[in-house]
Amino acid sequence: MIARENRLTIAAGGFSLGGILLFVGLAAAAMLAQGGGDGLFDAYLWRVTRFTLLQASLSTGLSILFAIPVARALARQATFPGRVWMLRLMALPLGVPALVAALGLIEVWGRQGDLNRLLAATGLAEPISIYGLFGILLAHVFFNMPLAARLMLAGLERIPAEYWRTSANLGMGSLAIFRFIEWPAIRGLLPGIAGLVFMLCATSFTLVLTLGGGPAASTIEVAIYQALRFDFDPPRAIALAGLQIVLTGTLLLMLKFVAPPPEEGETSGKAVQRFDGRSRLSRLADRIWLVLALFFVGMPFVAIVTSGMQADLSRLVRESAFHQALATSALVALPSAMISVTIAALMIRTQRLLLAPMIPARRRHRMPARLFAGAIGASTSLVLLAPPVVLGAGWFLLLRPFGDVARFAPFVVIAINALMALPFVHRVLAPAMASHAARTERLAASLGIGGFHRLRWIDWPPLRKPLFMALSFALALSLGDLGAIALFGSQDLATLPWLLYSRMGSYRTADAAGLALILGTICLILTILGTAGEQRSPEGPRT
Amino acid sequence: MSSVAVTLEGVKVRFENMVLTFDCTVEAGEIVSVAGASGSGKTTLFNVIAGFEAPERGVVRVFGEEMAGRPPAERPVSMIFQENNLFAHLDVATNVGFGISPSLRLRSADRKRIDEALERVGLAGFGRRLPPTLSGGERQRVALARALVRHRPLLLLDEPFAALDPGMRAEMRELLADLHREEDNTILVITHHPEDLSKLSDSVLFLDKGHIVAHDSLDRFLKRRDIAAINRFLGNE
Repeated sequence: MIARENRLTIAAGGFSLGGILLFVGLAAAAMLAQGGGDGLFDAYLWRVTRFTLLQASLSTGLSILFAIPVARALARQATFPGRVWMLRLMALPLGVPALVAALGLIEVWGRQGDLNRLLAATGLAEPISIYGLFGILLAHVFFNMPLAARLMLAGLERIPAEYWRTSANLGMGSLAIFRFIEWPAIRGLLPGIAGLVFMLCATSFTLVLTLGGGPAASTIEVAIYQALRFDFDPPRAIALAGLQIVLTGTLLLMLKFVAPPPEEGETSGKAVQRFDGRSRLSRLADRIWLVLALFFVGMPFVAIVTSGMQADLSRLVRESAFHQALATSALVALPSAMISVTIAALMIRTQRLLLAPMIPARRRHRMPARLFAGAIGASTSLVLLAPPVVLGAGWFLLLRPFGDVARFAPFVVIAINALMALPFVHRVLAPAMASHAARTERLAASLGIGGFHRLRWIDWPPLRKPLFMALSFALALSLGDLGAIALFGSQDLATLPWLLYSRMGSYRTADAAGLALILGTICLILTILGTAGEQRSPEGPRT
Repeated sequence: MSSVAVTLEGVKVRFENMVLTFDCTVEAGEIVSVAGASGSGKTTLFNVIAGFEAPERGVVRVFGEEMAGRPPAERPVSMIFQENNLFAHLDVATNVGFGISPSLRLRSADRKRIDEALERVGLAGFGRRLPPTLSGGERQRVALARALVRHRPLLLLDEPFAALDPGMRAEMRELLADLHREEDNTILVITHHPEDLSKLSDSVLFLDKGHIVAHDSLDRFLKRRDIAAINRFLGNE
C-alpha cells in the first residue's frame, strides 16, 4: 500500500517537473522557431547590454559601500532604543512591490519631491531628475542596501563572543577591530552578497520601466517589453531574450562556482556584548550612518503613506475599476500561489523519496533516480534563468498564431507567476519538510501509517504553518508583479499593479498614490505572514 | 514459533565508502546488547532487520520467515529510536493509539488498552499531555507503551537511553526487564554503556568496521581479551 503511494507521489512529482520543463521549453522553442537572423546584434542591442551591466555594477557597488558602515553601526551599537525597529525597517523594502516603492521614491526624490524643494530653497537652479540612471541606482540601492546590510550584520553577529573580549583585553582600537575582526567576516560574505545583488539588479524590470525614462536608460528586460508591446518587433525581442538568458545563465554559473549563497541567520536583535564603539567619535559616526539609513529607507515609506492618505481613498475603493482590478488580482494570484505551493511540495517529497534508502528498488536504478532528483532540484531555479518577461515573450510569440493573445493571457500570467514564486516557495518549504520527514518518516513507516491517514494525522498538523507561510509569500509576489502582466495586461485583464501603472502613466497621481498604499499594505501583510514563522523545537526542550 | 528470532545469512549492504556484512543468529526470548564504536554499523544492522534498508544480497529471516520485500510495518518488529519516537503535535494517547491502528480507528476497548499500557509504564493519567511537555524519560516510556500495545515479538531499541541521566537509565532498564519477563519477547538493544550491557543482557553482539566480530553470552563476552575493539569498549588495558 505504501509502496503504491510512493509511486503515486513520484509520478505526481514527475508530472510537475514535466509541466515546468514543457512550459519553459515551449517558450524557448517558440523563440527558436521564429528565431532572429544574424544582423540583429546591432548598436542598439550593444547599448542596452552595456547599460544593463553598467547599472547593475554601479547599483551593486553603491549598495555594498553603503551597507558596510550601516551593518557595522548596527552590530557595534547593540542596545540602542529602537534597534529592533531599525532592523524591521531594513526588512521592509523586500515586502513591497517594486512599483509601489518606485512611487514612494518619486515622491521623495522626484521633481516635486522633498529633496528638490530643499535644493530650490538653497537657491539651486537646476532640479535633479529622478528619471534615468540616477533613479535606477537610487531604487536599486533602496532595495539592496538593506538586504546587503542585513546579511552582513548576520555575519558580524556570528563572530564568537570571545573575540570581543579578547580584543578589549588587548586594547585593540576601532580601526584595528575593523581590519582584523569585522572586515574578514564581511569579506568572506562579499562574493555571495555582491552576486545576489548584481543578479537582482541585472534582471530588474519594474524599477527600470518606471524610472528609466526612455531608450537611453533601458535594460534588456525592458527592451524586450518595448519590442513586443510598442515596436512589435519579434525578431528583436527574441534576440534580446537570448541575450538575457546568456547573461543570467553566466551569472548563475558564476554564483554557483564562485560565491556560496549568503545565509540569513539570526538578526532578531540578539544582543552580543561588545566592548568597542564606546568612544564619542565612534558613537557619533555610527549615529550618522544609522540616521542616514533611516531616512534613506524610511522616507519613501512615509511618502507612500502620507500621499496615499491624501488620496480620496473612499472614492477609490468604490470605483468599479478598482473592484475589477482587485478581483482580477485575486483570480490570478490565488491559483498561481496554490499551484506554486502544490508543485513545490510534491517535488520536495518526490526528491526525498527518490534519495531515501527506504525503497529497495533504489539500489537497482540508482543513477536515473539521482538524475531525476537532481532535475527537480534544478527546475526550481530554472525560472531564475528565464525571468518572467523572457518567458512571457516566448508565450506571447507562441500564442499569437492562435488568434487574440488576450484570450490565453490569464492562464499564461498565472503560470508565469507560479513559476516565478517557485524558488521562494521552495526555500520556505524545503527545510520545514526535510526536518518533518527526518522526524516522522521512519516512525510512520514502521507503524504502517500511510495514505490519507498519514496526511491527516502526521503531515498536515505540523506542516500546515509552513504551507500557509509559503502560500502567503507566493501570494504577495504574484499580487505585486508587473513583469508578466505588463506583456499580457489589457482592459480586460487589469490587475492592481497594472491599474496602478496605467494611473501613473496618465498622470492621475493622487489615484496612483492611493492604489500604491492599498497594494503595498496588502503585500506587506502577506510577506510578514509569509516570513515571520520561527522554527519551534520539535519535542520541546531537550532534557 | 521458531526458537530462533533473527537469522542473517550473508547480508551485505554497500555504502559509498563502506561495505557492511552481517551473519548472526539470535535466539528467541533473549535480550541481546548490540555494541561497537560509532560508525561500526549498529544502526544499519537494525535498519536491515526493521526494513528501512534493503540489503544488496543475503537473507534476513525473522522467526523463520523471509523478510525480503516486506515493508517495515508488516514485519513482526517494533522499533524505538533514541529520539523523535512520538509525533510532537499529537497527544500521548493518540501516539500510543497508532500502535493499535495506523488509521486511528479505535474502539472503547482499545482506549482501555491504551490506558492500561500507560499505567504499566508508570504514566497513568498522561494521555492528554503533548510530548513537548514531557521529560526525555517520559517520552521514551510512552514509546515503550506503544510497543506494548503493538505486541510484536521482536523489539529493536536504538540507544533508547542515550538522552537520559544515570538515575533514569537505571529505572528504564528495570522497566524494560520487567516488560521482557511479562511479554516473553526478544529484545535487541544498541548501547554505548558497559553498565547497560552487564545489567540487562543475556548475550552481546559486537560490531567493528561493519562486521559482527563477536557474539557471546554475557559472561564470556566480559572475559574476552582477544579483540582490541572490545578491550577499548570495556576499558580493559
